Parts: sequence; C-alpha cells; structure tokens
Amino acid sequence: MIEISALHVIFNPATPLENRALRGVDLSIPEGQFVTVIGSNGAGKSTLLNALAGEVSASSGRISLANKEIGSWPVNRRAPHIARVFQDPLMGTCEDLTIEENLALAQARTKTRGLGIAAKRQYRKHFMRKLKGLHLGLENRLSDKIGLLSGGQRQAVSLLMASLKPMKLLLLDEHTAALDPKTAAFILALTQEIIKENNLTALMVTHSMAQALAAGERTIMLHQGQLAIDVSGDERAGMTTQDLLDQFHKNHIDVDDDALLFG
Amino acid sequence: MINSFAFFGALETGFIFALVALGIFISFRILDFPDLTVDGSFPLGAAVAATLIIAEVSPIIATLCACFAGAGAGIVTALLNVKLKILHLLASILTMIALYSINLRIMGGPNKALLGVETLLTPLDSLSIPYYILYPLAFGILAFILLLLLVLFLKTELGLAMRATGSNPRMAKANGVNTQAMIVLGMAVSNALVALAGALFAQSQGSADVTMGVGVIVIGLASVIGGEAIFSTKNIFLWALACVIGSLLYRLVIAFALNGELLGLKAQDLNLITAVLVTLAIVAPNIKSAFKKANTA
Repeated sequence: MIEISALHVIFNPATPLENRALRGVDLSIPEGQFVTVIGSNGAGKSTLLNALAGEVSASSGRISLANKEIGSWPVNRRAPHIARVFQDPLMGTCEDLTIEENLALAQARTKTRGLGIAAKRQYRKHFMRKLKGLHLGLENRLSDKIGLLSGGQRQAVSLLMASLKPMKLLLLDEHTAALDPKTAAFILALTQEIIKENNLTALMVTHSMAQALAAGERTIMLHQGQLAIDVSGDERAGMTTQDLLDQFHKNHIDVDDDALLFG
Repeated sequence: MINSFAFFGALETGFIFALVALGIFISFRILDFPDLTVDGSFPLGAAVAATLIIAEVSPIIATLCACFAGAGAGIVTALLNVKLKILHLLASILTMIALYSINLRIMGGPNKALLGVETLLTPLDSLSIPYYILYPLAFGILAFILLLLLVLFLKTELGLAMRATGSNPRMAKANGVNTQAMIVLGMAVSNALVALAGALFAQSQGSADVTMGVGVIVIGLASVIGGEAIFSTKNIFLWALACVIGSLLYRLVIAFALNGELLGLKAQDLNLITAVLVTLAIVAPNIKSAFKKANTA
C-alpha cells in the first residue's frame, strides 16, 4: 500500500529558475495494483517516480509505504522495498560488470552487504534459469561484460534484476521508450508477465496513451504537476484514447491543443 | 644496458610503488575518483613509520600505524567530497596540502633518518642471500599477497558494490548500495596502501622526507595507465596485475633511460621522462586502434 498525500516538489525554489514540478499530488495505490501514468512533457511523471524512489526530495507532503513514512529516506534505504527500471537501457546495468555480477548486485538489493563472495555458485543456476526465460540466449553468456549486449537485451536484464528479489513497489520509468518497436513490445510483454506472476504493485510511466490503457488496471494522467485523470475498473474498461482525451478536456477547458499535450 | 645492481634496485622500488599503483587503481579506476591525496599520504606513511620506529616502537606496529594514518587521510578526502560536496579533485588537493604541514609536525622537522635502528627489513639482513636480491623478493611477495587480497575483496558483495559505485552510482543506489560509504571505504583502503608503500620506502631508503611525496600520483598513474596499455584488463585480476607489472616496467624503463649512456639522460630528466611515458601510455591505445582501422579499411 502506497500513500502519497499533498506531495509538492519545487526545483530551485525562490530563484528565477523555480520550477514547481509537483503541486499537491494525492495518490493511494493498494497492494498488487498495476498503475500506468501518462502526461505531457513536464507534467511531473518522472518527478513523481523520482520522488517515490528517493532521488528527488519532496518540498512538502508525505510518502508512506506499507504504513512506514519513507519521505526522508535516501535512495539506498528505500531500495530494499522499491525496485526500479530506468528509461535509459544503459542506466539500469553496470557496463563494466559481467551479466552474472550485475545479477549478483541485484540479488543483494534487499540485504546488508558483507564479505561473502557476491557471485556465489549457488546463485548461478538460479540466474541461468531466469535468463533462459528471456529466450535471448543470455544463459550461456554469464561471464560476458554487460556492455557487450544491445540496448534491448540490457533492458530485459534490468527488468530481470529488478524482479530478482521481492519488493513492495516496482517503478518503471518509460522503460520501453528508447527501444525499437519490436523490442519495446517484447519488453512490455515481459513486464506484464513478471508483474502478474509475482503479483507486484507497480507504477509504469509511458508516453503512449494506448499502452497506458492496454496495460495495468488503473491509469492516471498528470498535468502541470497535478493529478488530472484517475480511472480504473469499469470506467476504464473499454476506454479509448479518444475517451481519455475527451475526459481530460472536460476537466481542463483551458487546454485545447492535443499536440501540445502529447506531441 | 643497465647493470644488475640497478636492475634489482628498479625491481625493489617497482614492487614498493606497485602498492601505490594498486591504491590508485582503486581510486581512479574502481571508484572513478581522481585522488591527489596520495602525494600527501605517501610521505605521511613514511613519517609515521619513521617517527615511531625511532621512538622504539616495533617496526611492524609502526608500519601498521602508517597504514591507519593513510586510511585516515583517505577518509578525510572522501568526507570532504561526499558530505561537504567539494569537487573530488579539489577535496584531495586540500587534504594533500594539509598533510604537508601534518607531516612536518609528525617528524618535528623536514626529515627523519633511520640509521642504525631496527626496521622491518633488518631481519632479512641476517640471511645469507644478498640484500639487493632479498629486498625486491620480499616486497614482490608482499605486493602479490596484497594484489590477491584486493582482487578477492572486489569479488565480495561489498567489493561489487564498490565497483558499481564507481561505474554507475545511480544504479548502485537503486540496488541498495550506500555509495557514500563505499567512497569512504575505498578511499581509506586506497590511501592505506599508499601510506604502506611510503612506510616501506622510508625503511628501504633509510629515511623519511617531507618532499618524498612529490609526483607520487604521476608515478602511480604512469604505472596504471602504462600497465593497462600493454596488458589485458579483461577481468579484475588481470587488470590489477597489469597495474603491478606497469609499476615494475616504469621503474625498469626509468633505470634504462638514466643508466644507459646512449640516451645521455641524467637524473634531473626523471620528471620529463615520466611525463613522456604517461603521454605515450595514454595515446598508445588510440594509435593501436587507428592502425587496426587502417588495416581493415
């Protein structure tokens, strides 16, 4: 259960560059819900995700995860509870490390690290089985540096790394946006499979409204740092991107240029 | 060619500076933290060890204290960077400058002679093998033991977290790594190794001097970059080994350049030679790949 209340994030406060990225977001996500997030550039999607991950600190407001107030925790303290896949396929993995070492790093996400060997032999079978499920032939390349892999392969491994250990929240930040259409479809299908299989609570940012409606059980739209639309259940079932736009216009008569919103 | 005396001397210094190379390997390569503290922590190790040995502390304890002092210097630089947000290069320069005064304080003067006192090397003198062979051998064994320990550490969970910190800090944090703690730990280990080298160098040379740290960073970099240019860095063991061998090669090249009559170089040309060597080592891989491209095109 994630509770976000009256969350404000202001960059460069009290300067000419002041940017109010989030202006009072209230959001509650029950356990096991898969939420998709849409919005135009600068709407605050990434800021919301970064605030949840701990990379951006809130100017005011509260974030609680499983009844624990985590708003002041640094990223590494939140990491045992929150896993993440970045937009940039190169960001989620360490290119200087081997595939096995990357997985071993993720394997230790939920624990305190010590002087035990990281890439233990007993993990290897587990890693190989997981990699085999990707059908990319990576199970035989454990000792290859991950920098040798393509962007799509690296993103698949990132996703695998994020889901290696249990978590209370999975954050996906436009993680298919930098991939070619075929690879993006593959990664999206893999994402849905992993979320369903492990019954994960997830927040997925996407640029595509169609994707936002097709995946997950609930869709929220951010606009100028606020929650503009929040649909789920029957209301969302059968909704088209046009319905979504119509609803947005009903609520925000001041905006009349769709290109501006979703350009 | 160089005589065998100069050869073994080069090996001895080379193995001592291999510890500097390993320290710089940790800061520059593993943590991606350009650290100039070493110019201060090398003489710090020498000063602490020499002062304590003269105060009749056992050489082993004196040398260990030198390591701890070096670790402390590294921690100061790291904290200046991660807590006070001072740019890493500047943070290390500040510590280095501060250490100059501290080293003078420790020794109570600009230098400290270690004549006629028992050092770590004294027990070796009673063996029947001549010292100019035995010293490099002892330092070589020590360098390889430390190399193995370092490589082993880098394969542990903590070591892997440290490598991720240098390579992709954002990803490391997202995987629960306390990157600040990793930088502090890495800088402590790095400067402890450098201070150990300083302590050993003082004991092998018979004195500690406040100016002995000048250019240590460049020598260390020459070893690391030179080693990388010549040897494989395919895995972490080979990479660290390349740094150690790079240190030996650097000393041999210097010995050759200075002893060989044919080049006409003298001791005062040392820094010039070093600068040329580092430049060559940095551009060599580019030239190599340019040749490769030209051949395949």
